[in-house]
Amino acid sequence: MVDFETVEVTTDLLIVGGGMSACGAAVEAAYWAKKNGLKVTLVDKAVMERSGAVAMGLSAINQYIGLRDGQNTVWDYVDYVRKDLMGITREDLVFNVARHVDSSVHLFEKWGLPIWKDKKGAYIHEGRWQLMINGESYKVIVAEAARNALGMENIYERVFIVEPLMDGDRVAGAVGFSVRENKFYVFKAKAVVVAMGGAVHIFRPRSIGEGLGRAWYPPWNSGSSAYFTLRAGAEMTCQEVRFIPVRFKDGYGPVGAWFLLFKSRATNAMGGDYVVEHKDELQKWGEYGSVKPIPTNLRNRLVMLDVMQGKGPISMRTEEAIRRIASAESDGRAAQKKWKALESEAWEDFLDMTISQAILWAATNVQPEEKSSEIAAAEPYFIGSHSGASGAWVSGPEDVAPPEYRWGYVNMATVKGIFCAGDASGASSHKFSSGSHAEGRIAGKSAVRYIVENPQQPKVDMAQVAKLKETILRPLDLYRQHKNETSDPEINPNYIKPKMFMFRLQKIMDEYAGGVSAQFTTNESLLKKGLELLAYLKEDSANLAAKDLHELLRCWENVQRMWQAEAHVRAVLFREETRWPGYYFRADKPALDEQNWKCFVNCRVDPNTGEWEMMKRDIIPLRL
Amino acid sequence: MNRLSAAKTLTHKVKKAMPSYVIVEKCDGCKGLDKTACRHICPNDLMVLDKSCMKAYNSEPEMCWECYNCVKMCPKRAIEVRGYADFVPMGAVVTPMRNADSILWTVKFRNGHVKRFKFPTRTTAEGSAVPDGGFGTGSDDLTSATLFTEPASLGLAEVETVKR
Ligand SMILES: Cc1cc2nc3c(=O)[nH]c(=O)nc-3n(C[C@H](O)[C@H](O)[C@H](O)COP(=O)(O)OP(=O)(O)OC[C@H]3O[C@@H](n4cnc5c(N)ncnc54)[C@H](O)[C@@H]3O)c2cc1C
Ligand code: SF4
Ligand code: SF4
Repeated sequence: MVDFETVEVTTDLLIVGGGMSACGAAVEAAYWAKKNGLKVTLVDKAVMERSGAVAMGLSAINQYIGLRDGQNTVWDYVDYVRKDLMGITREDLVFNVARHVDSSVHLFEKWGLPIWKDKKGAYIHEGRWQLMINGESYKVIVAEAARNALGMENIYERVFIVEPLMDGDRVAGAVGFSVRENKFYVFKAKAVVVAMGGAVHIFRPRSIGEGLGRAWYPPWNSGSSAYFTLRAGAEMTCQEVRFIPVRFKDGYGPVGAWFLLFKSRATNAMGGDYVVEHKDELQKWGEYGSVKPIPTNLRNRLVMLDVMQGKGPISMRTEEAIRRIASAESDGRAAQKKWKALESEAWEDFLDMTISQAILWAATNVQPEEKSSEIAAAEPYFIGSHSGASGAWVSGPEDVAPPEYRWGYVNMATVKGIFCAGDASGASSHKFSSGSHAEGRIAGKSAVRYIVENPQQPKVDMAQVAKLKETILRPLDLYRQHKNETSDPEINPNYIKPKMFMFRLQKIMDEYAGGVSAQFTTNESLLKKGLELLAYLKEDSANLAAKDLHELLRCWENVQRMWQAEAHVRAVLFREETRWPGYYFRADKPALDEQNWKCFVNCRVDPNTGEWEMMKRDIIPLRL
Repeated sequence: MNRLSAAKTLTHKVKKAMPSYVIVEKCDGCKGLDKTACRHICPNDLMVLDKSCMKAYNSEPEMCWECYNCVKMCPKRAIEVRGYADFVPMGAVVTPMRNADSILWTVKFRNGHVKRFKFPTRTTAEGSAVPDGGFGTGSDDLTSATLFTEPASLGLAEVETVKR
């Protein structure tokens, strides 16, 4: 076996991940831990100041309720999320995030995040729930507060977390490896906050050359959260609820400012507006079809219908919106000034969070006041904090959740000591950056309470650790053992390299589970065939090979993606209806079935047998 | 080292490095630092230092998000981005210049047109973020739903709850 030092770290609370929710967990847990004499340790695969989905920055805070000024109520938000997700949502969890989220936003502002304000000092809204920010350094600022709370000595960066450690039905820590030096890490902890984001590159992206990395979702989140909780035997929810964003085509620049702030329309090749022309389609989707704003997935569906009917390209009518806004000004000079301000806002929207889109506009000489720009549906992603819903099934807040949704400390998974936040916790969408931070705080406090009330250190079975070490490092061994047998080490019958493994996964998912090339459509036979091919892939994952630490990282990222993929296929297969037609369409079950399927689809892998278990869970509204 | 002799010592990998790419003449391998800035910051572990010539390169260009973090971080301003070759026409350049509290962007179009934008990035001194944001701490009850800076950080008298 390759020579790796084993490093043991014993702590009370372990936070895995360094993104928005992990930073929230760190800030909150540090406070309560100090009061109770506990130690908190955080592990990130990258460097916190620029890791996760906010690494580049953001141009908006997408969840702000405005409780202080009475702009909305917590219930307004719960209503909005439930409708957007076609009725499938844990209202108790959404409620809990919504009552705390403004608190995180106000902290961001104090820490130094510039939030746009009007002359009276009130926040400028992009839409009802969204605030405009100068967000280039958003993550730098949020991470700074987290680091200052924890102290750098308690933060491990460039360590990739692979597996949970278990002591029976209780978590005992996690194992991973450094991507910089030959070190295998064993973190022993009483509780773990899982906050490793969502997943991308499970489905084949639209761009597959150099632009493979330009997915909407950042290429560095690989389903580590879902893998971690699945492997711990935790119950998962909404694994079928993937997210497909409609964005500026190819660069995936944000459209929020154009639709919400500049009130732009999008039209097809014939000049038709899909929202107007396909309004009959909306009626097929029950009560959710008449909801305002139109649920994200239904809006997607309307775009997709246009494209399938050959009416593409779909264009964001930037020139029309700008003309309208400018013409509202009193004179030519005022209109000119207005446009200068708008232009800067429009470019900042890209430069703060999707610089590729700015390059693409510049490379195609786009002047938005002169010509419109194409928009398109991206490929599917797993991001439970956004308009998807996949994640672990977690316990609800004590004062709010019905008993069916409450089995332990708030935000604890069905496994003792595992807490989840952000993309890691399911059935509570639309948390975005701010809500993920707030949920991290909730989980952080809850985990400290759990530790105080369950103070014994779980047992770590060192024989199990030794076995895990061998399995996790095996790709390096396999490569060394066989690489000299062929003249090109990339092509060798004894192993598979992580890149081709990823392509194999993406091809299966794209073609059988309703990816881009299948027009987001699938059926029972296709899904079953997909599962058959995934089973071969899973067997072959034991033969992944890595030439160095970087490739070892890629190997494990792709194993994690494969598990997220399987959970998805099984959930889509289990739910015998089409509920989110703009996320995926089951051609053999093409309609909503409120009678039988207005419920959660949950799943679990038995850690002892490896068997998948699929189940329905009731939807219990908070207000009858 | 002049440009030609530097180029000669490069492996083929350094030259193929895109979409973020390193200008050979400018990169000094961060020789004065304990680690290279680009490798330190890349969220996807892409930037690698070729020790044979002390030049960095993007080791997996097709996994690059063009997040520009390496570009912003490089002390020698040696990294630029050329748009993904499989869908972006040639000729556009987008360049950031980041200071302690603002960022200046230069956007050069394919047709030569240039636009400049300046945006604020933070309102406080770097490093100064205190965890409680100055709100102070609240109820101090570990079992309640109130988080440590609440209710002050909410701007409310108390955290909302449901009377069941
Ligand atoms: C393109 C895009 C645009 C968005 N726009 C907005 C917006 O305008 N406004 C808004 O409010 N929200 C926006 N969001 C949503 C927001 O970014 C997310 O909701 C939020 O970042 C989720 O937080 P998280 O902590 O769950 O995940 P992340 O913030 O993504 O953090 C995940 C963390 O886990 C780490 N990690 C991953 N795997 C491992 C591992 N195996 N071991 C150790 N560490 C690991 C990562 O390095 C990272 O630190 C956007 C998201 C995307 C993708
Ligand atoms: S642009 Fe971002 S993803 Fe690409 S190499 Fe630089 S830091 Fe890494
Ligand atoms: S940060 Fe700049 S100077 Fe340093 S190694 Fe990277 S490219 Fe070279």
